[in-house]
Amino acid sequence: MTGSHAAALVAVMAAVTALLRFLPFLIFRGGRKTPALISYLGQVLPQAIIGMLVIYCLKDVSLTAAPFGLPELIAGAAVVLLQAWRRNSLVSILSGTALYMLLIRLF
Amino acid sequence: MGSDKTPAAALRAAVRPAFLRSVPVMAGYIVLGIGFGILLRGAGYGVLWALAMSVLIYAGSMQYVGVSLLAGGASVLTAALTTVMVNARHLFYSISMIDRYRDAGRYKPYLIFALTDETYSLLCDGQTPEGADPGLYRFLVSAFDQCYWVAGSVLGSVLGAALPFGTAGVEFSMTALFIASFTQQWIDSHDHVPALVGLLGTLACLLLFGPEDFLIPAMLAITFVLTALRPRLAGKGAAG
Repeated sequence: MTGSHAAALVAVMAAVTALLRFLPFLIFRGGRKTPALISYLGQVLPQAIIGMLVIYCLKDVSLTAAPFGLPELIAGAAVVLLQAWRRNSLVSILSGTALYMLLIRLF
Repeated sequence: MGSDKTPAAALRAAVRPAFLRSVPVMAGYIVLGIGFGILLRGAGYGVLWALAMSVLIYAGSMQYVGVSLLAGGASVLTAALTTVMVNARHLFYSISMIDRYRDAGRYKPYLIFALTDETYSLLCDGQTPEGADPGLYRFLVSAFDQCYWVAGSVLGSVLGAALPFGTAGVEFSMTALFIASFTQQWIDSHDHVPALVGLLGTLACLLLFGPEDFLIPAMLAITFVLTALRPRLAGKGAAG
């Protein structure tokens, strides 16, 4: 592949990604008031999307082959408990990740 | 931006909380960025390509897919359609940030450009530290995150496969970040229906459509169900 075709691919990926990010802002910029449905979705979507991203991260975990998703389950549960207990994201994330790295070496 | 502080004082008030907020993303972005840089070099594209892609595209999973598009000599149309499929979820993030970013002024274009999954998860609760300009704070969180990603990409490209492979599992930091955000939002909100719709709706779509094709059906299902539940959820203070 030529360098200019590669550059065109990178430019297209950048432009389409930016377009997707800007589009809702461009559509709803007129007037000061956002439509009520969009405001409502802006309120409830963050919680739903984070739930979606949790599943998205775990999509390739196999429950039918060893270690049956156990490292993800144990480390994930540790993150939930630590977050509920200490309310400190940094502590929860670093501890959960360290535990996961340990577990995948043990299982 | 409506602040009576000098620019230097405003920056000082925002930079520390913004950096602390961004730290959970640091490890994940540097490691995932290194992985991207290594892959891209393997496909025959060196450090300037890694730098250009991480500065201009700045979308983690899309850049990984982009490596195979470049390696396979894809057409421009294929690249455009693939980007729409992989990044359609960003429409979602932007829709939910329209009101929060409304008054961000001169920071707004960059805030929108830099709204990745991880930055979204740091900023979507809408909270900003007391005494700091919200726009500047969000700008700095977003910029710190992109710095980690760019640094990781360049590092991976330069160091190549010379890195020791003791880092297996560090990528779980991204999963842990989302689980921690989910837990915190669960604690902070009175109504858990939106969180459950997102979690269970996506799980159902994963089981129905498989790991390659579930994301777009999941987004449609979530939007549909939450819209249908609006009479029940609206005005109940569902947001955290």
